Amino acid sequence: MTDQPIVVGYDGTDAAQRAVEFAGQRATAVGCAVHLVYVLEWSPYSFLSTQELEERHKRRTEELSRAEQTLKPALDTLNKLKIPVTSEVRYGHSGELICEIAKEKDACQIIVGRKGGSTLGARLLGSLPLTLVQASPVPVTVVP
Amino acid sequence: MFSKKTAMASALAVMSATLPHLAQAQEVGLDEKINQAISPISNVIAGAMFYSVPIGGTAFPLIVGWLVIAATIFTIYFGFVQFRRFGHAISLVKGDYSHPEDAGEVSHFQALATALSGTVGLGNIAGVAVAVSIGGPGATFWMILAGLLGMASKFTECTLGVKYRNEYEDGRVSGGPMYYLSKGLAEKGKPGLGKVLAVIFSICCIGGAVGGGNMFQANQAFQQVVNVTGGENSFLAGSGWLFGLIMAIVVGVVIIGGIKSIAKVTEKIVPLMAIIYVTAGLVIILSNISMVGDAFAQIFVGAFTGAGVAGGVIGALIQGFKRAAFSNEAGIGSAAIAHSAVRTKEPVTEGYVALLEPFIDTVVICTMTALVITISGELNSGLTGVELTSAAFASAFTWFPLILALAVVLFAFSTMLSWSYYGLKSWTYLVGEGKGKEIIFKLFFCLCVIVGASMSLGPVIDFSDSMIFAMAIPNIIGLYFLMPVVRGEVRQYWAKIESGEIKKVK
Repeated sequence: MTDQPIVVGYDGTDAAQRAVEFAGQRATAVGCAVHLVYVLEWSPYSFLSTQELEERHKRRTEELSRAEQTLKPALDTLNKLKIPVTSEVRYGHSGELICEIAKEKDACQIIVGRKGGSTLGARLLGSLPLTLVQASPVPVTVVP
Repeated sequence: MFSKKTAMASALAVMSATLPHLAQAQEVGLDEKINQAISPISNVIAGAMFYSVPIGGTAFPLIVGWLVIAATIFTIYFGFVQFRRFGHAISLVKGDYSHPEDAGEVSHFQALATALSGTVGLGNIAGVAVAVSIGGPGATFWMILAGLLGMASKFTECTLGVKYRNEYEDGRVSGGPMYYLSKGLAEKGKPGLGKVLAVIFSICCIGGAVGGGNMFQANQAFQQVVNVTGGENSFLAGSGWLFGLIMAIVVGVVIIGGIKSIAKVTEKIVPLMAIIYVTAGLVIILSNISMVGDAFAQIFVGAFTGAGVAGGVIGALIQGFKRAAFSNEAGIGSAAIAHSAVRTKEPVTEGYVALLEPFIDTVVICTMTALVITISGELNSGLTGVELTSAAFASAFTWFPLILALAVVLFAFSTMLSWSYYGLKSWTYLVGEGKGKEIIFKLFFCLCVIVGASMSLGPVIDFSDSMIFAMAIPNIIGLYFLMPVVRGEVRQYWAKIESGEIKKVK
């Protein structure tokens, strides 16, 4: 039993679901908790139109409740395995935030799924797993 | 519907290219007709708005004095806030004080960027050229001064915009002079006056939206497109209505059709264009660095002697003040509409951020344009407006007019989108919200694009100037009444900073 949780990056995709299942196995084996992080990509320096400014607060509320909904199946999966699980939805840069949260929570590791994209775009711009591998303060597991 | 219209438009474009003589004869006729129909109206409005008194042998428009006096009063009343709090404004924009939990909400940077995209545009390119071609290089000095003073006006109005904004139950946020005039003055025990000022402001704002925010933009964008496609021999020459029609359709697709992708693309390109424009300007200035001293000398000497300018010093001053106000809109009230949506508990923070707007717009970008024009020596070429700026940049980079034409069209487009929103907010303030009512305004707005592109420069400038300046009358009256409220906000905000209740998060 350890009080260092596993941080899992989650976004509702199949890859994320696989990561959750893998994290479930690890957590059961180690006997630790799981903390799910859902990051909504956001930059305070992006550009919005006047109409979007007006509606931003409304949209954010909607986006947050949608994200909570998306988290539900993952929480259910882990609850069924009787693993203590917490979650949070955050706005920002996914790589940076997940590293920050891992540090904050004193996580034992980070687990994320990989979509298997090998497109030029992903290579040039960098994907979340790549960013984490480069910058994470704790071990990172990438689930294919 | 849309594809049908564009197909028709492109067919017309082909026709006018293949049958230049025939097409031109007809189109000049149509343009002239629109011009003749609108000119008398715009003349009357402009005459009333720019009521002038003779000072030093020159007619001085009272409205220009109104803006500058207000800006000076705010500057003194708030103890030169634009200089003392400049650094604080920068750290607010950087997000030093933004709480991480507010991520996903409108940041200071976003509110500033959106407001800037409404003001940075033709005023910086064409307006400055008009100022220096009429008022001489000296107009630049007065323009910079007006820009610096205007920062205090912007500070005042944007603080109030946030303080008295409306937050609806569904989470939308909207604000602006119509709200702070009505709510703020009601607090001061003058609900009647507040209501009247708010209504007058809204009417003027609708006028400003279709004038400076629309017809002037369409007009100048068309001039520049004609310019780069061969001037008088261009297949578009004389067919402003056609250009206007195409532009109106694109604007309509965004504001009526709600097609966000076009707006999104513009929003990505506009900042890029601004960067290209400023970079090109800086390159010209730096490569002629030896002439910069001389240019500044001309600007200073011109400002105080008014040599070779109709109306002397006062002539230069009027042009500088006028174009600065037209470009940065300080005291006009428009920006307060865009700034109101920011996420902050302290209204005054957005005021500080907003004071950067006239600085970037006027003190940096306008001055750069003026320097390039002065250095290029194109000032005596007889050109004016965007053509003058274009010629000035072309003297260094022959290919630049093409980029500038693209920039002008995009700036015009983004300014139109911003102003369509300002106008719409005023319209719904007057007639109430509702899909049908909104569509009426939007259709009218699109129609004005066509009218604007068809008219000759003079009447368009007069009309847009007068309507935009008219907004300043109710707005500034309200600001005078409400400036103690802003002072109260400033005091409680700095008390919180000093007590450590508000501190940097980064």
